[in-house]
Amino acid sequence: MAAQAKPRRRRLALVASRGSLDGAYPPLILAATAASLGWEVGIFFTFYGLDILHKKRHKRLKVAPIGNPAMPVAIPNLVGALPGMTAAATTMMRRWMKRANLPTIPQFLDMARESGARLFACSTTMGVMGIREQDLVVGADIAGAAAFLDFAAEADVSLFV
Amino acid sequence: MTAPQTLDCKGLLCPLPVYKASQALNRLQPGQLLRVECTDPGSLADFPALARQRGDTLVSATEQGDVQVFVLKKGSE
Repeated sequence: MAAQAKPRRRRLALVASRGSLDGAYPPLILAATAASLGWEVGIFFTFYGLDILHKKRHKRLKVAPIGNPAMPVAIPNLVGALPGMTAAATTMMRRWMKRANLPTIPQFLDMARESGARLFACSTTMGVMGIREQDLVVGADIAGAAAFLDFAAEADVSLFV
Repeated sequence: MTAPQTLDCKGLLCPLPVYKASQALNRLQPGQLLRVECTDPGSLADFPALARQRGDTLVSATEQGDVQVFVLKKGSE
């Protein structure tokens, strides 16, 4: 009897376009979850989202209280605009995340890599923002949109987060 | 039959219970059981999905106080 063809694994394709602390978590959480379900995962890190792959910057992602009506502690915009308020909000959010045992951004990237997720680093963003290959974490694949779309064309779920 | 391996995911939020359970299941042989203890209320919805997507079987899902206990049976490869 002929060997049964192995069913194709489901595939998740994400575009990560945000470089804030709160913006970095959703794509990484979805990626870790999809990998846990046995899916193939690819993330295209573009524009501010490329900071998630930046070795130095991804440890210092921030959350800004200004223009953010959803902060758990209400901060009026005029107050949020004051110097130091972004740093204060970032410290607060990091504390909440630690208390909730949520992995850090570098830890999430390690989880993504260990599970075989493909990390596409947008080459246009690198050119625009002056980011070099050596600025990126190990395992980042420098690529343009065509390479990502080629991956996403076979995806079962594609999300822009 | 030996008691199933237990994974303590109490105090962990999504995606960690599912992530750790998946890693533990990867180390088991088909047919072996894994018991997972969770406190994330999302787990009640997540573990049936995990089993379905991975091709494992959710043998039982019970609530013991604030703790949800799941027993998963690893499917064949």
